[in-house]
Amino acid sequence: MSLLRLKDVSKSFGAIEALRGIDLEIAPGEVVGLMGDNGAGKSTLVKIIAGNFTASGGSIELEGRPVEFLRPIDARQVGIEVVYQDLALADNLTAAENVFLGRELKKGWGPFATLDKNAMVARSGELFEELKSETRPRDLVRKMSGGQRQAVAIARTRLSKALMDEPTAAISVRQVAEVLNLIRRMKAQGVAVILISHRMPDVFEVCDRIVVVRRGSKVADKPTASTSPEEITGLITGAIHAA
Amino acid sequence: MPPEATADHARISDVTGIAERTLARKILASQPFWVTVALLALSVVVGLYQPSFFTAQNVGNITRNFAPFGIMALGMTCVIITGGIDLSVGSIMGLVAIVAGLFLTWHYPWYVAFAMGMLAGLACGAVNGFFVAYVGMSSFVVTLGMMSIARSLAVVFSGNQMLYQFGPDAPIVKAIGQWKFPSGHPESIFPHWVPAFSSHFWVMVILAFLVGYVFNFKSWGKHLFAIGGNEQAARMTGVNVDAIKFQAYVFSAFCASVAALLILGYAGSAINALGQTYELRVIAATVIGGANLMGGSGSAYGAVVGSALLEVIRNALLMAGIDSNWQGAFVGAFIILAVLIGMERSGFSFKELLRHMFRSGKGR
Repeated sequence: MSLLRLKDVSKSFGAIEALRGIDLEIAPGEVVGLMGDNGAGKSTLVKIIAGNFTASGGSIELEGRPVEFLRPIDARQVGIEVVYQDLALADNLTAAENVFLGRELKKGWGPFATLDKNAMVARSGELFEELKSETRPRDLVRKMSGGQRQAVAIARTRLSKALMDEPTAAISVRQVAEVLNLIRRMKAQGVAVILISHRMPDVFEVCDRIVVVRRGSKVADKPTASTSPEEITGLITGAIHAA
Repeated sequence: MPPEATADHARISDVTGIAERTLARKILASQPFWVTVALLALSVVVGLYQPSFFTAQNVGNITRNFAPFGIMALGMTCVIITGGIDLSVGSIMGLVAIVAGLFLTWHYPWYVAFAMGMLAGLACGAVNGFFVAYVGMSSFVVTLGMMSIARSLAVVFSGNQMLYQFGPDAPIVKAIGQWKFPSGHPESIFPHWVPAFSSHFWVMVILAFLVGYVFNFKSWGKHLFAIGGNEQAARMTGVNVDAIKFQAYVFSAFCASVAALLILGYAGSAINALGQTYELRVIAATVIGGANLMGGSGSAYGAVVGSALLEVIRNALLMAGIDSNWQGAFVGAFIILAVLIGMERSGFSFKELLRHMFRSGKGR
């Protein structure tokens, strides 16, 4: 059964149709590459899944149940998370604080609720233990190695079922390798991943399936094994009409 | 933990010998700690040369003098942690004092006057916060504009005159600004060597505890630090970045308003020039206390102890009979020194820099 399912999703901004009739299904542990030229509708699609935009038409189902995201927090609460490729951690906070950033555990009541630091440290310690990572919850992220930072980013998304990986500004070659490694580890945990990238080699390396959008429509949805970078390039640019 | 969970990999401490940061290490690595050491050392030196430094009266005066700066530094710290700056606090003080002063001269009750003054201050903070957080303008530009606007409004509202005929509630206003605990009276139950701490000082202490509590135990505080560390990461994880930034500027204006009302009460008069150039001293105190202008670090204790150090330097120079015109030079040098020490702590080596400059100079 698919984890996340988009049915006939469309989005228009006034007279402009940014997305038309998009169908998309992702199974647990599946990595889907989402490709398309600038302005093709990739980020609009991502923003709909992440709750930044609401769709003008169509429906979204998570584990067979229809869901509606009015705000990003709604999507996060059911387990859809956006991970940025530079890992997007706050360097000046500890590992535990980063893991629970924006969803701090609290004790006490109402306006007097205080942070439950011990619980957050203990819980993130367990997550790092599961990941077999030597990351200590109380250490500052600033002082961490690449692998430890990665563990913090994974630990943060451990509670999610589906996530999207979005490119930010140019990241280094080493960071790219870390991101790909991260995706493989997420996949092994049964998390469904949508990778948005312009980098053809990366997409072919980690993705099970590649989806191409052009001018707001899905023009291809193929297993990685049965396509080629040349075909995908053609689909993105429109040289190949559809596959 | 079960031993089999760790059997396949070595613990990081086994390999590198690095222990998790203990409380003692944290304290030794913190700038406020070293500023406290400097403050105590300076106090002892001055006290040895000028025994009058440690008299109850001088301690009472010093703590009253720096308290308004400490109060404002607490608000400034919140703004600086987010990576912003608030240049308007001095002018907001002037406006708040004049607005409150006007209502007093119109014979309104003191609480109405204070509320109107506070409202004027909070409005300035809200304008700052709106343009910085929601419009996305640079905090430097917005608060520089507000610095000019608030000062100008203070001058216009006051008719460029000192306000001092405060009507029936004048004694209450004065009592608030001049209240002390212990009272300092000869018949007080406290011995004579206990300084009479001003209301300004106690307000600062209460606010400092409040801010320290929020920084350490409330998610609002953690979010403030997260915004300064990586705004995009904070936004992505669902932190309401815009609202928190907005609130930081409003809180900074709140602190400036509180300081203005206390000074108004103490002086028993309102002048539109109140707070002029105070923003620089407040920023200096905050930075000396360990806040980083790049955002992401700062503490309530640091804000207070930074303000205290600046005042003790000022007081020491005064007692040493040095021309007060020299104060600016000393204080400025201290700011640069404090930031340099802060950089050294975070890995930058001044020695390395000198060596590098020297070597590359010889190479050419």
